[in-house]
Amino acid sequence: MNKSRKLRILIAKPGLDGHDRGARVIARAFRDAGFEVVYTGCHQTPEQIVSTAIQEDVDLIGLSILSGAHAYSFPRVIELLKENNAEDITVIGGGIFPLEDIPVLKEAGIKEIFEPGTKLHEICAWVDQNVKPRQAMVA
Amino acid sequence: MGIVDQILAGDVRATARVLRDIDDQVPTIHPILKQLYPHTGKAFIIGFTGSPGVGKSTLVDQLTIHYRKQGLTVGILAVDPTSPFTGGAILGDRIRMQRHFLDDGVFIRSLATRGHFGGLTKSTNDMINVLDAMGKDIILVETVGVGQDEVEIANSAHTTVLVTIPGMGDEVQAIKAGIMEIGNIFVVNKADREGSRKTIRELMNLIELGLRHQGQNGWEPPIIQTEAIKSRGIEELGEAIQKHRDFLLANDKSNLRDVLVKRARTQLLEVLKEEALRTLMKRIETRGIALDTLVDQIVEKSTDPYSVVQDLLNNELP
Ligand SMILES: Nc1nc2c(ncn2[C@@H]2O[C@H](COP(=O)(O)OP(=O)(O)O)[C@@H](O)[C@H]2O)c(=O)[nH]1
Ligand SMILES: [Mg+2]
Repeated sequence: MNKSRKLRILIAKPGLDGHDRGARVIARAFRDAGFEVVYTGCHQTPEQIVSTAIQEDVDLIGLSILSGAHAYSFPRVIELLKENNAEDITVIGGGIFPLEDIPVLKEAGIKEIFEPGTKLHEICAWVDQNVKPRQAMVA
Repeated sequence: MGIVDQILAGDVRATARVLRDIDDQVPTIHPILKQLYPHTGKAFIIGFTGSPGVGKSTLVDQLTIHYRKQGLTVGILAVDPTSPFTGGAILGDRIRMQRHFLDDGVFIRSLATRGHFGGLTKSTNDMINVLDAMGKDIILVETVGVGQDEVEIANSAHTTVLVTIPGMGDEVQAIKAGIMEIGNIFVVNKADREGSRKTIRELMNLIELGLRHQGQNGWEPPIIQTEAIKSRGIEELGEAIQKHRDFLLANDKSNLRDVLVKRARTQLLEVLKEEALRTLMKRIETRGIALDTLVDQIVEKSTDPYSVVQDLLNNELP
């Protein structure tokens, strides 16, 4: 009997601030939606995030940010995924940042940005609709 | 290059993807595992088990430093429980292992117990084989608690480390209740805490009691005190593991053979179980009956589980 293919998600928190409350809240919401969430804690560099995403074979990376490091770290994650032939991994972001940055981040390849106040079930529904577990490998 | 060659060449992405297929019990994984199998048997496998929060991930992190200093490469499998209510999981063991994220010589994979149809023992064994074939020298496997799965996974390791902390009388009771024989090394972590000596005494008594009837072929499990967050006791733990490894290799590897036999038996039975289940489930599907329909019929007593299975076994369809 096949267990159904589970969506695997990396929740990562780039940047220097040590508050990961937001990241923990979304990690729990994803767990409760039936997803498998890899959680790595604070202070992650883009390099660490991408290396983890590849080793854990996640379908989605959720970046959480408070400190304003998004302008550098979000595009850098996309760049590193491309360098590693892993651009099939979807990247989304959430947290606190100036609204005018959103188009720039989307331009850089972030699939969706969730502004503060977005309901958790809305985020889960978006993931359900937009991210599918990838196909199996063949020998 | 095919996927098998990519793994043999140590390709991280290919390895990670195959681990995923193992986790999801994708049927096409078996031909790949079959080709990898001849390349396994080189890695040394160390299992860590114990209750949540005793410090297993921290110890794994510290031992990884220990082995990397010796120039050995390390593969880590860290198992966390799946929520029985939602089927989801938060896999947080990596939080303690951040320093290794950018080290090419370390591969870390988190996995969930998943439940339902079991299979954790099988997938863990398969994943160990893949990391072994990929060329990792040391494989560290972390599992939570002391359930049946953990005991079975422990059977897959060359050396099994049982981790506890001071002041957990219940824990010592649990160890007594049935997993004594799987522990090759006992660790009392958080030795900075009160009650460390008492816990060690209790463990010593248990080990002495247990030694009379457990099958460890003359190996006397040592008790190591550690304070993992301060890197204390890690060298001693590394030495104890090395001693156990030497013990396995002594006398023309006769003790190692016992471990290999246990492991091969578990693996054979697990593959048999999975394939048998898959085959019979497919038969149900081919007949155009939903599993739920059969369940309903059983509830209504128009049939019973034994007849259903008997029927599936007897009447093979093309
Ligand atoms: N006081 C103390 N805390 C420790 C020690 N080792 C680990 N911890 C802490 O115990 C908690 C659980 O550790 P973790 O490795 O995640 O445990 P696991 O659930 O068994 O993997 C963490 O907060 C660690 O920092 C130790 O030797 N002493
Ligand atoms: Mg852990």
